[in-house]
Amino acid sequence: MTGTMSKILGGREGAIGLAVLALLILVILPLSLDLFRLGLVGKYTTYAFVAVSLVLLWGNGGILSLGQGIFFGLGGYLMAMFLKLEASDPISTKIQTTPGIPDFMDWNQLTEIPLFWEPFNSLPLTILAILTIPALFAYIIGFAMFKRRVGGVYFAIITQAIALILSILIVGQQGYTGGVNGITDLKTMLGWDIRNDGAKYVLYYVNALLLIGSILLSRYILSSKFGMLLLAMRDKEERVRFSGYDVSNFKIFIFCVSALISAVGGAMFTLQVGFMSPSFVGIVPSIEMVIFAAVGGRMSLIGAVYGTLLVNFGKTMFSETYPELWLFLMGGLFIAVVMFFPNGLAGVWDKYAKRVGFIRRIMEGKGKADKTSADSNTQGAKA
Amino acid sequence: MFDYSMAEIGNIVVMQGFSGISLFSVLLLMALGLAVIFGQMGVINMAHGEFMALGAYTTVLFSQVAVSYDIVSYYFIFAIVAAFIIAFIVGYLVEYGLIRHLYKRPLDTLLATWGLSLIMQQAFRSIFGAKEVSATLPDWLLGSFQPTPDIDIPINGVFVLVLAAVVTAGVYIFMFRSRWGLRMRATVQNRIMAGAVGINTKKVDRVTFALGCGIAGVAGAAFTTIASTGPTTGSLYIVDSFMVVVFGGAASLLGTIASAFGIAQAQSILQFFMTSSMGKVATLMVIVGILMMRPEGLFASKLRK
Amino acid sequence: MSITDFVLAVEDLTVSFDGFKAVDKLTMYIDKNELRVVIGPNGAGKTTVLDLICGKTKSTSGSIKFKNQELTKLSEHEIVRAGVGRKFQTPSIYENLSVYQNLEVSYPKGRGVFGSLFFKQTAEVENRVREVAAEILLSDALDMEAALLSHGQKQWLEIGMLLMQDPELLMLDEPVAGMSAKERDQTADLLNRICKNRSVIVIEHDMEFVKKIAHKVTVLHQGKILAEGPMDKVQANEKVIEVYLGH
Repeated sequence: MTGTMSKILGGREGAIGLAVLALLILVILPLSLDLFRLGLVGKYTTYAFVAVSLVLLWGNGGILSLGQGIFFGLGGYLMAMFLKLEASDPISTKIQTTPGIPDFMDWNQLTEIPLFWEPFNSLPLTILAILTIPALFAYIIGFAMFKRRVGGVYFAIITQAIALILSILIVGQQGYTGGVNGITDLKTMLGWDIRNDGAKYVLYYVNALLLIGSILLSRYILSSKFGMLLLAMRDKEERVRFSGYDVSNFKIFIFCVSALISAVGGAMFTLQVGFMSPSFVGIVPSIEMVIFAAVGGRMSLIGAVYGTLLVNFGKTMFSETYPELWLFLMGGLFIAVVMFFPNGLAGVWDKYAKRVGFIRRIMEGKGKADKTSADSNTQGAKA
Repeated sequence: MFDYSMAEIGNIVVMQGFSGISLFSVLLLMALGLAVIFGQMGVINMAHGEFMALGAYTTVLFSQVAVSYDIVSYYFIFAIVAAFIIAFIVGYLVEYGLIRHLYKRPLDTLLATWGLSLIMQQAFRSIFGAKEVSATLPDWLLGSFQPTPDIDIPINGVFVLVLAAVVTAGVYIFMFRSRWGLRMRATVQNRIMAGAVGINTKKVDRVTFALGCGIAGVAGAAFTTIASTGPTTGSLYIVDSFMVVVFGGAASLLGTIASAFGIAQAQSILQFFMTSSMGKVATLMVIVGILMMRPEGLFASKLRK
Repeated sequence: MSITDFVLAVEDLTVSFDGFKAVDKLTMYIDKNELRVVIGPNGAGKTTVLDLICGKTKSTSGSIKFKNQELTKLSEHEIVRAGVGRKFQTPSIYENLSVYQNLEVSYPKGRGVFGSLFFKQTAEVENRVREVAAEILLSDALDMEAALLSHGQKQWLEIGMLLMQDPELLMLDEPVAGMSAKERDQTADLLNRICKNRSVIVIEHDMEFVKKIAHKVTVLHQGKILAEGPMDKVQANEKVIEVYLGH
């Protein structure tokens, strides 16, 4: 079992990286930020789930999905459906034409709850749905495409089209989905008020721990033979196939895992922010989440979290004061990362910070400080 | 859908079909540019829609100048040429500054050009404002003609159709009947060999990319005759245009035409019977479904690899 | 078709691309522990034959039997699992992985999704990696990133990756392309060693090299067999001379 543990922790360097991240989001940020700012961190870390999923899928697997918003959104909507049903009890909705159904349904002349909403009266079923439906959807997409060996830019474009379809569908079917406003006014979960300060702290910590759990899960996958095969497939798919592996199954699996992780992020978004809307499903959020991962470093699980936090704080800061500048900056960021820092912040860290003596000694442990950087190329994957 | 008589449905199909023709023409022009770039170079240009907007804004500027000099009747032809030239030049510069560094990383090109599209959108917003602007069209583009009392065919639709046909023919001649086209195709098939026989493959890449952007500029000029232009106009068409290219089979000109026609017609006819958004959803779903069955597109041929 | 004691029985194999027959009614049998070299001018269909056997290209008609099991219906990874290994013309290795990892990935256990997730790096795996590394002369380079190997070493590494799977039929497409004279000799020795307990098909242009390794030579021309037999007989064959020296 110790082998498994050290695999998950990623050796000394991985363990330190994770410990620093945990310290930051579990201790330092909660102590130093007011609840409003901490709420922002909580929101951004839900995006970090998607960035982590993209490190698995895109950085290591070479599969660029421009539709991760699909899974983030599905996770979020599934959770929102449960919360909305709970918020729509007959008493608080008594001014509606049909009390006891969600307000937007009432506005759209629905008189009863549609059948596919029924399971979301139950929290266990809702959680089950969050853990299975997005992954199942990914399985269907992945099966159809990877079995036919569709990859590369075709996969990117088709996932993007699916994200577009889903967002138009949600906006268009407002009686069933809440339309362009999304599902709003979520209040309680099993009677527990998710809007008060205490609940916000609890949800922040649940979210942070789930994120760390996702990173550990991803680490395990990447450090197993599966992870090595992912890299091998990214490099030379044919060679892997002609070494006796059914490449499509591996791609389908990692796509499903990435969907699952994204969906958990989406569900936590709904819980923390209190609504879900189609603006988190479509083309733009999906591709923005790719840039979070790219800024952090497409090969680095932890880097992806920092990338997400940084880009989003930048966005909040600039779009408050210089909204014009922000899009230029964001556009420039896409170009600069791709052209000059393909391994993102993690790449910069590996290249420069480790040259500083004491950082290297901490990272590599005493007595190993004189070890040259011969293996620094593979460390990107572990960081 | 069943509340109409057969004759009415016939008229609706003809008229929606004709409004589909305008969409078809714009999509075809967009897709031609994309197909040239993607089919010939394997590069995904996510900023392609913004090159279309660039052409559209150029046309709008021309129309403003034309209004102030009272030469509205003639400017449009020049505007089309100018839209092409400006988009061509910007495309040329973009290839030089950005694309050529990324040929070995197609997925990264996709991200970088997405960044470019954000910058271009914001530039449009800063220069022309967030509101949509329209070109003042010459009188001869306005109005419609009526072959029967129930059918109404707008002239601007006919005009963009003719424009699309002319550009398509131009692309065909350029690609398959000119020295330049020969060099392009040679470079696609065997870059090293093409270089060895004295073709400047870097220049070919640059011109190919710029040409694709130029055609998008023409699409923008055509677009001004049927709708007004805003900073995000281009992004509304990008997915559709990609679908046209992929659906048609990336390297096939005939496939591109057929799939642009099919997609545009399906959308406009379905839009009449469903809501506009559901018409689009239905069309896209069918395309994605078919692409999952036949990923190489409708018109790709089997090749010895 | 017939049941044989050949390791590989190719019968009436045909593939056409838009009417062009790249391989035309080809029939060929490979014995157990035989090292067969396939030669022929460019475009003769040599690589296509390997593509057909390993499932990369689907045949139009005909049959390929490996130990009496029909291969034409199987997918690529099933053919590999049946015991057929294939090396590509240009070295196809994982440049970002170390030599050790390249070999380890090719170890024929943990080939399913969940198998690979719970695959354990046991002493058995390590021994096998070191054994193969010694065979392909890369024992000293195990920790090196594969991208840094010389061209010849990359060719050896790919052969080693196939040896990891211990295939009964090994197919090598131009294994000495780009190698120095010394490396060619070493490769010839390597091939002579590894065909002791498996059958090998080699495509090669270098006639000196062919002489060193071939048990039997098959000459392909325009998708058909022009001649087959020991090297000296084939070299004396008039049809073969005509094809090679021109008309």
